[in-house]
Formats: sequence, C-alpha cells, structure tokens
Amino acid sequence: MDEIFGIPAPLLFGQLLLGLINGAFYAMLSLGLAVIFGLLNIVNMAHGAQFMMGAFAAWMLLAWGGIGYWWALLLAPIIVGITGVILEKLFISRLYKLDHLYGLLLTFGLALIIEGVFRNEFGSSGLPYRIPPELSGAWDLGFMFMPVYRGWVVVAALVLCITTWLLIEKTRLGAYLRAATENAALVQAFGVNVPRMVTLTYGAGVALAAVGGVLAAPIYSVNPQMGSNLIIVVFAVVVIGGMGSILGSILTGFALGIVEGLTKVFWPEASATVIFVIMAIVLLARPAGLFGRK
Amino acid sequence: MADTTSITAAAIPDVAQEAGGVWGFSRAQLVGLGILLVFLVVAPFVLYPVFLMKLYCFALFACAFNLLIGYVGLLSFGHAAYFGMGGYLAGHAAKVWGLTPELSIIIGGVTAGLLGVLAGWIAIRRQGIYFAMITLALAQMVYFFCVQAPFTGGEDGIQAIPRGNLFGVIPLDRDLSMYWVVAAVFLAGFLLVHRIIHSPYGQVLKSIRENEPRATSLGYRTDDYKLLAFILSATLAGVAGATKSIVFGIATLTDVHWSMSGEVVLMTLVGGLGTIFGPVVGAAVIVTMQNYLAEMGAWVTVIQGVIFVACVLAFRRGLIGELAALLKVKL
Repeated sequence: MDEIFGIPAPLLFGQLLLGLINGAFYAMLSLGLAVIFGLLNIVNMAHGAQFMMGAFAAWMLLAWGGIGYWWALLLAPIIVGITGVILEKLFISRLYKLDHLYGLLLTFGLALIIEGVFRNEFGSSGLPYRIPPELSGAWDLGFMFMPVYRGWVVVAALVLCITTWLLIEKTRLGAYLRAATENAALVQAFGVNVPRMVTLTYGAGVALAAVGGVLAAPIYSVNPQMGSNLIIVVFAVVVIGGMGSILGSILTGFALGIVEGLTKVFWPEASATVIFVIMAIVLLARPAGLFGRK
Repeated sequence: MADTTSITAAAIPDVAQEAGGVWGFSRAQLVGLGILLVFLVVAPFVLYPVFLMKLYCFALFACAFNLLIGYVGLLSFGHAAYFGMGGYLAGHAAKVWGLTPELSIIIGGVTAGLLGVLAGWIAIRRQGIYFAMITLALAQMVYFFCVQAPFTGGEDGIQAIPRGNLFGVIPLDRDLSMYWVVAAVFLAGFLLVHRIIHSPYGQVLKSIRENEPRATSLGYRTDDYKLLAFILSATLAGVAGATKSIVFGIATLTDVHWSMSGEVVLMTLVGGLGTIFGPVVGAAVIVTMQNYLAEMGAWVTVIQGVIFVACVLAFRRGLIGELAALLKVKL
C-alpha cells in the first residue's frame, strides 16, 4: 500500500496525524469553552490568550526556573488557572446579570490586554521550546514514521478530554455542575456555594486551555499570537458541535481536525477554510449544531 | 435568559420622541447635526485632511456596524470582512479596470453587500453569542480567501491605487478635493443610517431588538428584517472600506483581519451603542488615539483592551450615551 487514491501513503498518514493533533487542540479548547459557557453563559474570548499563556508559562518555568516539561504540565495550568480565577472574581462576575454579549466583549478586551503585554515582553517572533528527552525520537510504524511527541499529544488530549467528561457526567461534583447549569438558583437553595463553583469552573476551563498550551509549546513555536488564530477556528468548531454537549465538543474537535488534515492532502488551498465551510453547511442544515439541544 | 436586558437597552435612556423635531431628528440631535456639519466644513482648514478622511471612513464603518448592534441587537464580530472586501474591490476596480472613484466605491459597496447577503443568510439562523461567533468565523474565512486570492496581492495588498477623477472630470489628487468627496460619502451614509432607523422598517428592527418572539407573534418575518439590516450594514461598511482604499491608495490584509472587527466594536462601544452620534465620536476617539500612540507598538493593543474592559464594566452607555443621559435627551 504505497498509494491510496493516488496519494503517497506517507503523505496521507502524515497529514492525518497532523490533523489529529490539530483536532486534539480543537477538542481541548472547545471543551474548555463548553464547560465555561455551560455554567457562566459567557463565551470566553480570552481562551486563545489563555492557551498562549499556558505555553508561555511552560517556557518561563524552563527558561527562568529550570523547571522541565513534566512539572510545567502540572504547574502551568495551575498558574494560569489562578489568573483565571482572579479575572473572574475581579471582572467577569460583575456581568452575570447583563446581556451575555457583554461577557464576550469583556473577555475580548482581556484577550487584547494579555496578548499585547506578551507581545511587548517577548516580541512577535516565536520562542523555541524543546521536546522533553523522554518523548523525542520517532516510532517506525511500518507505513510511516511517527514522532513520539505527536503521538503523546494525541493520547494526552484524549485522556484529558475523557477524564473531564467522566468528571462532569459521573461524579458528584459534576452532578452539582450540571444541576447549576440547569438552574443555579435552585442548586444554591440546596446549600451549594454556586458563586464559588462558578469561579472555580472558570479557573478549570482556563486551566484546560493552559494544558493545551503546554502540550502545544514543543510543536508550535511559543509566540503571543499562537492562540488568537486557533481560537477563531475553535469558535467554528463550537458552532458546529453546539455548545450544549461536552462529548459533542470533543468528538467534533477531533473529527474536524482530521477533516482539515485530509483537505490538506486533497485540496491544500481549501484547508484553511474547510472548517468554516462545514460550519456554514451545518448551520443551514441544523442551526442548533450537530449536538445542540435548542 | 428572558429577564436579561438587551445589550443596547441599558445604553439608551428611555426618552420619548421629543416634539419639535425634523426628519426624525430630535431637537438635541439637530444641535448635534449642526455641530457635525460645521465640523465637516471647518475641520479641513484646521486639521490635517488625510487624518480627517481616515476618521470619516472609520466613522462611517462604525455607523454601519451600529445599525446592527444598536438597532437590531445583533453583535457582528466580523465586520472587517465587508470593510476589507469593499476596499479590495474598489482598489481593484480603480487600478486594474481603471474606473472612476465613485464607480469604484459603488462596486466596493455592492460587493460587500453581496457578501453580506451570503453571510447574513447563514448567520441570522442563530442569535446572541452564536451570531457573534458565526460572523467572526465567516469573516476569518474571507480573510483566508484574501490571503490566497490572486487579485488581493496577498501580503503586499493592492498598492498604488489611483484616486482618479471624480465623474471622470474632477481630479482628486489634492487632499482637499478628496476631502469633500469623503465628507460627502460619510454624511450621506450617516444620514442614510439615521433615515433607516427612523423609518417604519427601523421601528420593526427596534422591536426585534427588544423582543423578537413578540415581533414574530405580531406577524413580522423577523428573519427577513434582520437579513436586510445585515445587508445594509455590510454595504455601508463596504462603502467605508472602499472610500478608505481610494483615499490612501492601498488595500491590505489589515482591513480584513479580525482585529479590525474588534476595533469597530470598540469605536461603537466607546461612543455609545444605539446612539446616532456615538459611532462618530467613538471613531474619532479611537483613530486619534491610534494616531498619537502609533510609536508605542503593541501597547496600543493593551490600551484598547483596557478601554474595552473599562467600557464594559463601568461605562456601558459610551460617551454619547452618558452625555444623553446627563442631559436627558436623545442623541
């Protein structure tokens, strides 16, 4: 099997893998967006900036503190998550009674501030982040070479997404979360501290974005704009999947990454726009999104 | 969700239509219009005309955007697509096809309008934040199209667009001649937006903003109204972009980028959503700020972000909205 549909197999599988990796990031980011949206009813426009902060946190931990990849994978999301908690306490929590669009505008402003500060500090050109030695090298799969790190990203993202899904669907904490999504006032009446839960949910969603950033750091160069272009695609992914469903956003994320990878093989010029085209088609056929409830 | 007020309702003081108004302008608005007219006539002799032309282009862009957010309650986060596409088409028409500036501007506006037909048709299927995300995504699609399409010149953009001769006879190479054309285009667009929102059609738009299910139950096909508003807004944004590229002789990717969409939101927010003078004042504030802070590089982005946050948290009516509330008039 050297050629499939007239395409050399290594090229096809190479692009499929790239697509799967992009899909992993789409899934992680849209998952975070869905979790935040579910409880807070805001679209977190700062999500891309927080993804970028995760990557920068990993870079800073290594460059300034000598702390390596594995600790960064734990510490960076905590640090970025804490900044998220602070942002929610200081700013976002003031907007819950207003139109949801204000939340979108506020987080957009926050994204501009974060990106601008990082651009001033680190410039626009990317900073390199080395692949940890345990994950460098490549496996020979017979039909293609698979860089170990890329395989790791896909597996890690899958594990993370499934864990989050299980946490929300199967645990007591998740049950509170789902209940508060349905009716916050009632859950509060049962003695659950809903405002604190909202704050922590935002922190957790932001931390998810930051994990994505750390995972992305060795693949893409670490630069201040790395999140903003990604996040617009993720918005399209979210519109396609519908924000109501956690599992839906994971599946849509991976699937669209693969579609994008395949498009790169068969029609490279369209690969940047294919997700948006799919979004348009889905909106025409099913305005609520593939997994949407409304 | 039902009890949340619409995004502009909070920004508009509840003042009944005052008596003594003309053409839908309240007395206070007439005063405002008078100040605007005097400014348009006097300004080019006091301030740098090229700066003023830039300002008017963005003011018209913001007015077009405000037509949607302020009067239909739809937040489009992708208006740069229409602004930028208008600019590209006008530039192409003037440079490659050798058309006169007024025809180029019309072509830019019509192209943006057609794009608005398509994007609006898709986007109006969802409301609120989804509408914002969809328009943003569609605009990003347009951006990628412009990066790849041969006629846009990719990273270089379309350069050396001739200003040409108005109606084929009046040369526009002098800044002051160009100024009057831009001022006229801006004023026409401004008055058109005002006319639209004070027409019976505009009243229906406002009712959709306040309570869409109710408007539907009264028998209005709200989707048709929203689509038409979207197309009008896109067309005017295209005219603004087209005028800008004729003035500066260049059309680039900056004008289709999402950050431009963010800028027009900021201008309108600073000036006051749903006020007729707000977008103009907001555009003036932001363009002036960018002019003075141009050397500061990325700090401009930070400052814009801070203004965004401040406006949303403490200042939702915007400059003109606050002024109107203070004076208890409609502006």
